[in-house]
Amino acid sequence: MKKAQFSNPWLPYALLAPQMLIIAIFFLWPAAEAIRSSFYLEDPFFGNATFVGLQNYTDAFRASDYQRTAWFTALFVTLVSLLSLAIGLMLAVSADRVLRGQSSYKTLLMWVYAIAPPVAGLIGVMLFDQHIGPLVDFFALFGWEMRLGVNYWDTGIAIIIVSTWKQIPYNFIFFLSGLQSIPNSVKEAARIDCRSERRRFWTITFPLLAPTSFFLLILNITYAMFETFGTIDQMVKDQPGNSPVTLVYKVYRDGFRGNDLGGSAAQSVVLMVLVLILTIVQFRLIERRVHYN
Amino acid sequence: MTTLRIKNAVKRYPNGALAVEGVSVDVEDGELCVFVGPSGCGKSTLLRMVAGLEDVTEGEVELAGRVVNDLEPADRNIAMVFQNYALYPHMSVRKNLAYGLKNRGTPKAEIEAKVQEAAELLQIADYLDRRPGQLSGGQRQRVAMGRAIVRDPAIFLFDEPLSNLDAKLRNQMRLEIKKLQRRLGVAAIYVTHDQVEAMTLADKIVVLNAGKIEQIGTPAEVYGNPATTFVASFIGAPPMNLIPAEAENGAIRLGDQTLNLGLDHRGPVTFGLRPERAHIGASGEGLRMETGVVEELGAIRLVHGRVGPHEITVTQNADQPIPGAEAVLRVEASDIHLFDAETGRRV
Ligand SMILES: Nc1ncnc2c1ncn2[C@@H]1O[C@H](COP(=O)(O)OP(=O)(O)OP(=O)(O)O)[C@@H](O)[C@H]1O
Ligand SMILES: [Mg+2]
Repeated sequence: MKKAQFSNPWLPYALLAPQMLIIAIFFLWPAAEAIRSSFYLEDPFFGNATFVGLQNYTDAFRASDYQRTAWFTALFVTLVSLLSLAIGLMLAVSADRVLRGQSSYKTLLMWVYAIAPPVAGLIGVMLFDQHIGPLVDFFALFGWEMRLGVNYWDTGIAIIIVSTWKQIPYNFIFFLSGLQSIPNSVKEAARIDCRSERRRFWTITFPLLAPTSFFLLILNITYAMFETFGTIDQMVKDQPGNSPVTLVYKVYRDGFRGNDLGGSAAQSVVLMVLVLILTIVQFRLIERRVHYN
Repeated sequence: MTTLRIKNAVKRYPNGALAVEGVSVDVEDGELCVFVGPSGCGKSTLLRMVAGLEDVTEGEVELAGRVVNDLEPADRNIAMVFQNYALYPHMSVRKNLAYGLKNRGTPKAEIEAKVQEAAELLQIADYLDRRPGQLSGGQRQRVAMGRAIVRDPAIFLFDEPLSNLDAKLRNQMRLEIKKLQRRLGVAAIYVTHDQVEAMTLADKIVVLNAGKIEQIGTPAEVYGNPATTFVASFIGAPPMNLIPAEAENGAIRLGDQTLNLGLDHRGPVTFGLRPERAHIGASGEGLRMETGVVEELGAIRLVHGRVGPHEITVTQNADQPIPGAEAVLRVEASDIHLFDAETGRRV
């Protein structure tokens, strides 16, 4: 990066100040507030707070509800990340093969990415609607009667499908650019060395995509953990009580619907630590993103 | 016997570009055949058609007596060395060499032996466990050659393999490639746009221009008897002087000067003279030349000037006296090339 020289030593700080202010107001302050309130038992109606130490944490962890949500979140994150990575990769590989009409193919897929999570959730509600949902009809063909919002696992599967679908274009674009950055001559050398296309994929293409894949994996985990909130909110809105939700959604539900501010704060602190770990891993990866050559 | 036979090969790219227009070439056993021509003339395309990396639009490619038009590159028994090496960046040198053999189901011990042998031949045995990214350009080039050698192909295909190297290394590797090819006795096609490389390496030169063959011949033939003005100006450095002239009554008229050659051709021609075949002197019989800039190259010098209104360049040994403003070129009749002014073909 280029070093710029400022004649006035205060100017750089002045230029940074608005950004710093935004970070402080919208990030640091709420975070500090969350950490503080996680140690208090707050009365939501009168604003009295009693210091209770780690009790909010122990209560939260002990609750069977929390454990169940944690398990579902783990399953959800794993499935959404892996499925959307795998499908994104598959689509990218076939797009990479197409020479003509590749850009329209790309644009079509990218549209999905432009859909906001709550809208994706609404579309999901429609697709899985008891009466008019085409996917419900489709699964019914196999004798599976899906009941969104009623059956825990039916709802879970629907959320997983919609969240995966939403993330596929993102992975697709990264994988496609990864595929296209593999030099043509390397692919051709491989064609001379190996007849089987499948084998070429697993021995040459896939290893060369590994840096992209690691990077995407982290991004996908972050997505599944945090950014699916809007989608889930739309899909379980009516029955949040007996529907599967992620830890992030539970923070919101306990805090704003259940009025357990302390417990909710404690849970969000746990999530903050998780985000911190993910961010560190992500930065490390970007720094060390394996560049062959 | 003939290793490779290209018969009337045509290549039309999907966008309609006609890159190769009916080319026929034979490459004999053990022969090093060089495709040379300016950028965009279709030499890589032709090579890639042999490799199977491009479809053959029309015509046939016959390798070791078998038409291979429809065979996958992996089934053709060829080995290719690419300009940018095209090594697998995630594999060690050893794995790069072994990859093709492994996919063909060669027994492990045999792979090991072949890799070791090729590595020693190319002096890369010390780097076998490194990744390509940890090698210099010259070393990568050797690895690329090694990957070709271990396959025991029927023919080697080189696409400008030396153009990413510096001048000194390029000369050294050029010689090594030639030695290696001789030693292995395997036929090879070598694509280059550098006529020096073509002349020094080739048993047979194929000069291509705009998708067509201009001439096929040994380096001596192509240099000594260029079939067209294109070949005449492409092969040899500095290039042959080409001057419009008129042939009549057994003589050649160049502006207001006449050279008696005893030819029975008449009409407009292009007069060709290699710079190194003219003897420049202060006086005597010959073409009068006004001299201009002189370039010293060490052993020789280039004298630029004019014959009538036309530019001409001749070379002179550096130990000769520098000619004055007016000089005379003594030319042997046998050193003069005449080409049809219209078609550019030799007459
Ligand atoms: N994939 C392609 N699609 C369309 N036209 C192509 C394609 N590849 C090459 N061409 C065209 O075919 C012609 C021959 O190309 P080719 O690569 O064979 O040239 P070349 O002789 O190897 O040149 P260079 O010395 O620059 O490598 C060029 O006019 C080029 O524009
Ligand atoms: Mg080329």
